[in-house]
Amino acid sequence: MIDLSMSRPAETHPRGIAWGRLALRFSLYLFLGLFALYYLMPLFVMVTTSLKSLEEIRTGSLISLPREVTFEAWRTAWSGACTGIQCEGLKPYFWNSILIAVPGVAISTLLGALNGYVIAQWRFRGSNLIFSLMLFGCFIPFQVVLLPMARVLGEMGLAGSISGLIFVHVIYGLGFTTLFFRNYYVTIPNELVKAAKVDGAGFVRIFWSIFLPLSLPIIVVTVIWQFTQIWNDFLFGVSFSQAGTQPVTVALNNIVNSTTGVKEYNVDMAAAIIAALPTLLVYVVAGKYFIRGLTAGSVKG
Amino acid sequence: MSDWLETHLPKAVLAPSFIAIMLFVYGFIGWTAWVSFTRSKLLPRYELKGTVQYEKLFASPRWDTAMDNLFVFGTLFIVIAMLLGLLLAIFLDQKVRSEGVIRTIYLYPMALSMIVTGTAWKWILNPGLGLENMVRGWGFETFTFDWLVNPDFAIYTVVLAGVWQSSGFVMALFLAGLRSVDEEIIKAAQVDGIPTWRIYSAIIIPSMAPIFLSAFIVLAHLAIKSFDLVIALTGGGPGYSTDLPATYMYAMAFSRGDIGQAASSAMIMMMVVFAIVVPYLYSELRAKHD
Repeated sequence: MIDLSMSRPAETHPRGIAWGRLALRFSLYLFLGLFALYYLMPLFVMVTTSLKSLEEIRTGSLISLPREVTFEAWRTAWSGACTGIQCEGLKPYFWNSILIAVPGVAISTLLGALNGYVIAQWRFRGSNLIFSLMLFGCFIPFQVVLLPMARVLGEMGLAGSISGLIFVHVIYGLGFTTLFFRNYYVTIPNELVKAAKVDGAGFVRIFWSIFLPLSLPIIVVTVIWQFTQIWNDFLFGVSFSQAGTQPVTVALNNIVNSTTGVKEYNVDMAAAIIAALPTLLVYVVAGKYFIRGLTAGSVKG
Repeated sequence: MSDWLETHLPKAVLAPSFIAIMLFVYGFIGWTAWVSFTRSKLLPRYELKGTVQYEKLFASPRWDTAMDNLFVFGTLFIVIAMLLGLLLAIFLDQKVRSEGVIRTIYLYPMALSMIVTGTAWKWILNPGLGLENMVRGWGFETFTFDWLVNPDFAIYTVVLAGVWQSSGFVMALFLAGLRSVDEEIIKAAQVDGIPTWRIYSAIIIPSMAPIFLSAFIVLAHLAIKSFDLVIALTGGGPGYSTDLPATYMYAMAFSRGDIGQAASSAMIMMMVVFAIVVPYLYSELRAKHD
């Protein structure tokens, strides 16, 4: 932490410094405020556009407030907008995303916890190599696995299914969930495990009664990370789904880029907000953990 | 029996994940690598035919555009997001009132899907009804801002939206870094009368080198994988002027039915990622062992 106003002793020329400091603080807040506007502007435009009628959008200005608030676009986006030939709105796809995300998050978090527990506390020959291999897997561009995965899903009878997408998200989420739990469990002293072993507790018991109760913060971080990843995923969704099983991001893209009929910008914006709401909500409610996951996911090791 | 079970249980627990990773990450990379050396078209064929796919790839003007775009987009995206992130972090680190609120506002785009970001910016940049129309409405009748539909400028709209989405995250990284700089050193420098900008340029910023590296790795990784943003914002167009390797690969795999081209372009993408990530991971892992 460094404070600009502290940089020179204030006693030397009191009046000049006081004014200079005020001006400096003012421009500081001005700068920060302008950037806050820059980040908020798209959200503001999305919300106001979604509440306008098409007529008003055509005649009004991008950033003007709606003269007459209407929720018609929201209703259409939720249950009437066309994604290709079907016109059921985002609703069914929103449910698809939930059906994919909930088991996907649960399974990959559970497996990550067990893997992290083994790698951090039950080392055996080669366990570090396994960890490095899993870590490395986090970095691959998924394009390199798309083609074989499409074939394997087909052979497993999971092509275009919700289960197939859950499977894909679990597999390619494992590296990160394992990393999160490993880095958390590695800070717990190994003496704890040794003492528990002396007392006759085994692998499962130690995990269940010692590690799991300590894990709440890292479980929250991992769940938020995985939920955001899976909910916001587009590449796997568009590659491995078919009509009817698409996640909400794919449906949103189809609504926005469908070429039939009149372009309904208000419906596009309402649909975009609906698709963004769950992760935005998570961010607002648990922002601290969200940021921790982001930084843990980027500053590895 | 139970002893045997107890000693092997950790391995048994790790085994399914290990097998899955070996198969679905490394095995699949192997498959894609193999197929990239064949004449596979609509269906994969497995007789090796040398580097025909790569020759075809490098001769393709569309791939050329995609790589050029990656370079332009990647460079601008990384440089602007880092500079903006650093600047915002330094300014936010001046004992600002309501820092928490401002930080939340700067960072929320990171929670959004790239598809949502692309949709929002596509509307804002809409030449007929968006920013252009708004500025004209203010009386600047000849104002034009048609980057979205201009093949020469469309790639910069991807930069614009990408920076909007990611710069807050870079800010958070740098802010954490600024907070971890040893305060004693800064105080000592202030007592010595060293001007603030010198304290930043000579002491604080150099001490954050590892954070610059992390931010660079994350942003480079995001840039190479960028797919959703282009799809939602420009669809790769106009024409294929905003194609990136990721969209090229997808087009070959799923709309053109050219598995050989898809595989070879995916391999190039992976090599670009590895060229950036491997030295980083290597140094990280080495530092651990020393």
